[in-house]
Amino acid sequence: MRLQEGSVIDGFVVGPRVHAGAMAEIYRVRYDGGRPDPGFPMMMKLPRMGGGEGAENLVGLEVEHQMLQALEGPHVPRFVAAGDMHRLPYLVMEYIEGRTLQQMLDEMSPLQRRPAAADIARWGRAIALAAHSLHRQNAVHLDLKPANVIFRADGSCVLLDFGLSWHAHYPDLLAADLRPAIGSPAWMAPEQVVGVRGDPRSDIFAIGVMLYELATGELPFGAPATPGGLRQRLWMDPSPPRALNPQVPPWLQEIVLHCLESTAANRPPSAAHLAFDLGNPQQVEVGARGLRTRRTSFSSQFRRWIRAAGLHYEPSPLPAERIDEVPIVMVAVPHRDTSDAVLYGLRQATRRSLGIRPGARLACVAVVDPDPQAEEAAVHRYHSERLRQWCRGIDLHDRQVSFHVLQSDDVAGALLTYAEANQVSLIVIGAATHGLALRRFIPTVTARVAAEAPCSVLLVKDAPPFALLRQAAAEAA
Amino acid sequence: MRLALLSDLHANPGALQACLAHARRCGATRFAILGDLVGYGAEPVPVLETVMELAGRGALVVRGNHDTAAQGEPATGGTGEHLAAAWTRAQLAPRHREFLASLPLTASIADALLVHADPYDPARWQYLDRPALVGRALGAAQRQWGASKVFCGHVHQQQLYYRAADGHPMAFAPVPEVPVPLAAHRSWLAVVGSVGQPRDGDPRAMYALFDVAQSRLSFHRIAYDHTAAAAAIRAAGLPESFAARLERGR
Repeated sequence: MRLQEGSVIDGFVVGPRVHAGAMAEIYRVRYDGGRPDPGFPMMMKLPRMGGGEGAENLVGLEVEHQMLQALEGPHVPRFVAAGDMHRLPYLVMEYIEGRTLQQMLDEMSPLQRRPAAADIARWGRAIALAAHSLHRQNAVHLDLKPANVIFRADGSCVLLDFGLSWHAHYPDLLAADLRPAIGSPAWMAPEQVVGVRGDPRSDIFAIGVMLYELATGELPFGAPATPGGLRQRLWMDPSPPRALNPQVPPWLQEIVLHCLESTAANRPPSAAHLAFDLGNPQQVEVGARGLRTRRTSFSSQFRRWIRAAGLHYEPSPLPAERIDEVPIVMVAVPHRDTSDAVLYGLRQATRRSLGIRPGARLACVAVVDPDPQAEEAAVHRYHSERLRQWCRGIDLHDRQVSFHVLQSDDVAGALLTYAEANQVSLIVIGAATHGLALRRFIPTVTARVAAEAPCSVLLVKDAPPFALLRQAAAEAA
Repeated sequence: MRLALLSDLHANPGALQACLAHARRCGATRFAILGDLVGYGAEPVPVLETVMELAGRGALVVRGNHDTAAQGEPATGGTGEHLAAAWTRAQLAPRHREFLASLPLTASIADALLVHADPYDPARWQYLDRPALVGRALGAAQRQWGASKVFCGHVHQQQLYYRAADGHPMAFAPVPEVPVPLAAHRSWLAVVGSVGQPRDGDPRAMYALFDVAQSRLSFHRIAYDHTAAAAAIRAAGLPESFAARLERGR
């Protein structure tokens, strides 16, 4: 059934059709009777009812209705209205102006040249941040693919089509004990293939497939049409991107293959971690995974195939809980007017903050005054090495760590901007209740960080007796 | 219209008043009591007085197994329960017993069936704690009452069951305060939990609120003075385990 342009449905005037897919049709709409629009353009989505898939499409619409009402933020279209499921099912939501990743890929393919790694990283980071915003709201998209990812003119990303999504606070209407896996075969994570719904790392896998597509122009696991073909990804490694496109830098391959690990626990533990890597390529630790240019040998693939036959996945806790277990911890390490006791206290607090789970990561940050006299690279080297030495006292148990030297005369501002941009979950900072020079300066920095931080802040005090003794000694001298 | 669903009050007037006050603040104008007004708790009369007053103003009330036991039929459960049923019976005036005896096993409102335990055989007090039993209950509600929603109690934990994509009943552990849309074309069974004797390790009272027009159900946990309720049980000389249960919520 095609809607007539100009017809009116429940107070919405139907505009031109902008999309006709297998699942749904999409029309631009506006309010009837000259009522002003809600501050953004609107579209109406109607499920396709013909054929045998009508009922399935209807459930998808029901799920999307539930999701759009529950989700908020700039990475999700805003919800306007829904039609009666019995009479005329439809959804009216914000129409996002921009280009989908699918459109961008379509324009690329004839040229045969792949986009620059920096562009791929920028787009990938925008998608990861959008996914993270969803995961923090206890939801998982579960159908991320180039057609469902759209970029606004400002480069930010909006996710579309929540018909297969999952939300921890609502019954999963798509759950079933026995049914074939649901999703888009090319981008579906291995755990989705075996029926696990609700793991945020499934979205990270899908982002990995998109990054792979951008980097190589090919799909890592093809687009299988059979259940057997789908199961291949449970045990098979894709060709390394560098085998298909030698221009792919090792750090990008490291990130892409990390996302495509068949076991969810081996992928980046949260989309924020992925965004962090894509935003800091120079900090990515490139291992054998990033350097490979040949496929995994047949014999080891075969061993994995045997293991996959008895594949066991752990049940997934709520996405928000999982994200809290793998924090990005940022520690502000002072570089002057400090003492061993302060640095020791910071180390202790940092170690505790990383928690007991693998996957938490640590970002050591120092803010230094811009010095026009000094060579920037030398300043950077000097302070990075200091951070490294400070960090050596922390037993990291293989957790990732990175070092960042920020040049700014606004210490609090630089720390806050960094925390915001990198989705930091916890800031560890010295409360600086001691010392002479610090008393005037640092407390204002700490207070501002504590007041304005986008996350929790841990204020670390060093043991008072030592501090007092030192202070007394300094005053006597 | 908002309908407050309260079950398993168990002679605990403090918990009942706390839930009623919360429901009224949330805009509830109708009330349904899903059985087990008495039993375990030490204050059956205040609870009955409150419920009888609500019933006089249009509240729907159905009968539970403890209400039946308080009339003289033997209670289910151990000897503690038997003694408590006899104790409860002794507290009640004839008009309280008449009220309990007058209660129906089921009631209906819109497309929802209200029952204490299991619509398949309401007088057998089956615990609906497995999807298979829920499937049978949903089928019975549909066949006998044409109801696509069942609101019940008896199991002292909050749970929402729905028919999943393949038609099988699935259990969902509701998140307090989050309204869940109950689509009219699906069948749903909500166990609203217990007002007067929570058993999930959290001593706060439980009830649910159904927005009839929007067809949305929210589950709630309400703090009340459970220490006072436990003290009343001890003062009445009822089994210590009944008092400890309120303090532990288990």
